Amino acid sequence: MATNGIGSSVKRKEDLRFITGSGRYTDDIQLPHQAYACFVRSPHAHATIGSIDRSAAEAMPGVLGVFTGEDVAADGLGGLICGWMVKSKDGSPMKAGPHPILAHGKVRYVGDHVAVVVAETLQQARDAAEAVIVDYGVLPAAVDVAKTHDSGIEIHTDIPNNLVYDWEIGDKAATDAAFANAKHVTRVELINNRLVPNAMEPRAALGHYDAGMDAYTLYTTSQNPHVARLVISAFVGIAPEHKLTVIAPDVGGGFGSKIFIYAEECVCLWASKKVRRPVKWTADRTEAFLSDAHGRDHVSVAEMAMDENGQFLALRVNTKANMGAYLSTFSSCIPTYLYATLLAGQYKTPAIYCDVQAYYTNTAPVDAYRGAGRPEATYLLETLVEECAKDMQLDPAEIRRRNFIPKDAFPYQTPVALQYDTGDYEPCLDKALELADYAGFPERRRQSEAKGKLRGIGFSAYIEACGIAPSAVIGSLGAGVGLWESAKVRFSHTGKVQVLTGTHSHGQGHETTFAQLVASKLGVAYEDVDVIHGDTSKTTVGMGTYGSRSLAVGGEALVKACDKVIAKGKKIAAHLLEASEQDIVFQDGNFSVAGTDRSKSIGEIVFAALVPHNYPPGLEPGMEETAYYDPANFTYPSGVYICELEVDPDSGVVEIQKFTAVDDFGNVINPMIVEGQVHGGLAQGIGQALLENAVYDESGQLISASYMDYTMPRADDLPSFVVHTTAGTACTHNSLGVKGCGEAGAIGSPPAVMNAVADAIGTRISMPATPEKVWRALQKTQLAQAAE
Amino acid sequence: MTSVTMTVNGKAVTRDIEPRMLLSTFLREELGLTGTHVGCDTSQCGCCVVHVDGDSVKSCTALAVQFDGASVTTIEGLGQNGTLHPMQEAFRENHGLQCGFCTTGMIMSSVDLVKKAKEQGITIDEHYVREGLEGNICRCTGYHNIVKAVIAGAQAM
Ligand code: FES
Ligand code: FES
Repeated sequence: MATNGIGSSVKRKEDLRFITGSGRYTDDIQLPHQAYACFVRSPHAHATIGSIDRSAAEAMPGVLGVFTGEDVAADGLGGLICGWMVKSKDGSPMKAGPHPILAHGKVRYVGDHVAVVVAETLQQARDAAEAVIVDYGVLPAAVDVAKTHDSGIEIHTDIPNNLVYDWEIGDKAATDAAFANAKHVTRVELINNRLVPNAMEPRAALGHYDAGMDAYTLYTTSQNPHVARLVISAFVGIAPEHKLTVIAPDVGGGFGSKIFIYAEECVCLWASKKVRRPVKWTADRTEAFLSDAHGRDHVSVAEMAMDENGQFLALRVNTKANMGAYLSTFSSCIPTYLYATLLAGQYKTPAIYCDVQAYYTNTAPVDAYRGAGRPEATYLLETLVEECAKDMQLDPAEIRRRNFIPKDAFPYQTPVALQYDTGDYEPCLDKALELADYAGFPERRRQSEAKGKLRGIGFSAYIEACGIAPSAVIGSLGAGVGLWESAKVRFSHTGKVQVLTGTHSHGQGHETTFAQLVASKLGVAYEDVDVIHGDTSKTTVGMGTYGSRSLAVGGEALVKACDKVIAKGKKIAAHLLEASEQDIVFQDGNFSVAGTDRSKSIGEIVFAALVPHNYPPGLEPGMEETAYYDPANFTYPSGVYICELEVDPDSGVVEIQKFTAVDDFGNVINPMIVEGQVHGGLAQGIGQALLENAVYDESGQLISASYMDYTMPRADDLPSFVVHTTAGTACTHNSLGVKGCGEAGAIGSPPAVMNAVADAIGTRISMPATPEKVWRALQKTQLAQAAE
Repeated sequence: MTSVTMTVNGKAVTRDIEPRMLLSTFLREELGLTGTHVGCDTSQCGCCVVHVDGDSVKSCTALAVQFDGASVTTIEGLGQNGTLHPMQEAFRENHGLQCGFCTTGMIMSSVDLVKKAKEQGITIDEHYVREGLEGNICRCTGYHNIVKAVIAGAQAM
């Protein structure tokens, strides 16, 4: 048992079905008599909808129905919602325009859903969708977040300047005062490039209305089926919550993009009742590019005030955030509570002020993408810190060391609302310097120069806030939901265990990690534990998986449920062993009377609970315990990343030579899975820095809407990584001492890469550092040097 | 409708299909072999790779009728007699997968890549594997453990 326990790299339970092709993803599911949906999407970024002529489409072979926004309105359905109310500086609520599941009167981005065709086959639905004639009145489009305010274009009625909110955090007066007295100020202007999450499984939905039961089932590619059920019932209003089952079976990656509730899944469910057939839709990749929620897209100015020794005195930031055409499910909290609250980073900067203007544009909605706000904060801060080092002529490691929050200052209250419970930053830095052989860098640079290459090294020291909580606090900040998690531990007669969790696994390996956890806590065999998730009719009510919350919140709920099993087991053991309950100790799966050799195994106790022939009077039979857990605080993983790369000045090609990641995740259940999470995050962060960019042209066409145009990181773009998880500092407010690891790689890596690029080429460029951009920057510097 | 006959995973199958049906659709919808995944439908991601007469093919951009008479192996037919293929085993051993969506195509490509290297006497090292898997996208693993898995799988093959 011990070999499968907490801390061991157990091979994953879920892998057998995936390596043999027996996984079951949404598009793999076929229901009898299922029909197919194809969406008619707007080719324009901004247009009024005049008439929609569906007669030709309706007459085509196999067509079962063509539906538009008017049908949605006629059925009295509501729209999609944004579940976090952010208030502006003046106290006014954010301005949320309506977000219908099929456009009504107007389209607001290329790919906006105008109509749906349901037909017997997918080909018939596609053919008929082309026959739907929409009379568009094309309007000018606002695309660039920096220009939308003054564009004179009104995207939503009565939302002036397309401004969603103008929000602030921190002490402005104290910050301004510190700047007034600073010896030195370093300033950067930054763009955080827009990204498309690109889970490899495209979004899909299969809606089924059962007329006999008057009940609905939705199979969907979701990271949080319960929240989907809530929104679809309470806000869209398709079905009451108790008559709706949402099943997110195997899901092929999410990275945030499958947190949100989307129009297509609602439409499939609603159309199923209209045509009395199950209705399936699966995005093709271009549809995914156009209509999945995108990530990032910030334009910022940041300034650091320092004393003569490079001590940070104050940080001042302004950010403009692109929200796209509609507010997606959690979009409003990303550039505010998940971004600006992280601007202290690992540093004891005494005064921080940040204000954020969030804008509508005629682009796809923008919401959480792996890291969600925290990569934007880290990129900004760690770029600025590296520039501070340059300005102050300090080593980049040294300036960080000088400003780190010291180990004995925890719990540490930042000037931007968060209280870090624990941390110790210098050991991570030291370990990273050692693993990266920082001391040997000058020699390696010399060798590169001898080959005609430019070599650079870049740092990033990130902090992350995971497992967003507690519910009461986030509620006071505008969250519409609670962010607790639930778990159930259910024993059967034979001592086998089913674990039901409200989190969802779409690559993270919960079936393994949670089984390890329960096996360790209850002393049962790892093989005897089965983890069930993703089906609202089976599992406990849950809040899903995002924000690296599953273990820190969901795992802790599971611990609480195990504790209840043990507490009940002690009562039963006391009865069977004729001892007092206080004298029963539980260890390694056995309930014993302290100081004696009398004991009962957990199997025997469970059997007694389910066959209660000899049982404590008044105690409920059965062994099935549920727990809900609402954390006291966020968790705060941290780490130091170092990127070393080589630039070919003739081609501008950047090649990463070594990437070192040192992370403090607190305690770790399965190191193999944790390292895998870091690898994946690094690939996405390096992808953002070097390759990926979602580009709209001025008319609002997404010109990077396929894998021919949007550069995904491929195997030959990346090196193998040097990943090290330190013994670190255990989280102080959950019993597992865990912090979360899913997003760190994507948060910490972009600034490390871009700082290394800047170090190599001697000038700072924006992400992604494509060969063309690097080459042009080098030409410019050479021209400037020649002119001198 | 056109009739098409193939051997799929060792069994002869005949179906009447629309001539425009893709091989991936044929395998998934006509035969229920849903281990072949479609990630992009434009030959870019490799989620849909199967073997046709021993060579890897992206089934999302091939018509089923092109393969009349051919022998097709999908991930479901890769293992023999209920045992895993060494490459499948290597992916599990090395944590070369997370969500599993790219995995089936990745394994099919890797098997072909290693087979070709062995035929041509090429050393299977990190560089060869990274270049050779350039047509398969994985969004989850960062490729680190996939590369390890393929090198280990090659040794076991
Ligand atoms: S689905 Fe065939 S290459 Fe992407
Ligand atoms: S394992 Fe998820 S895409 Fe590769």
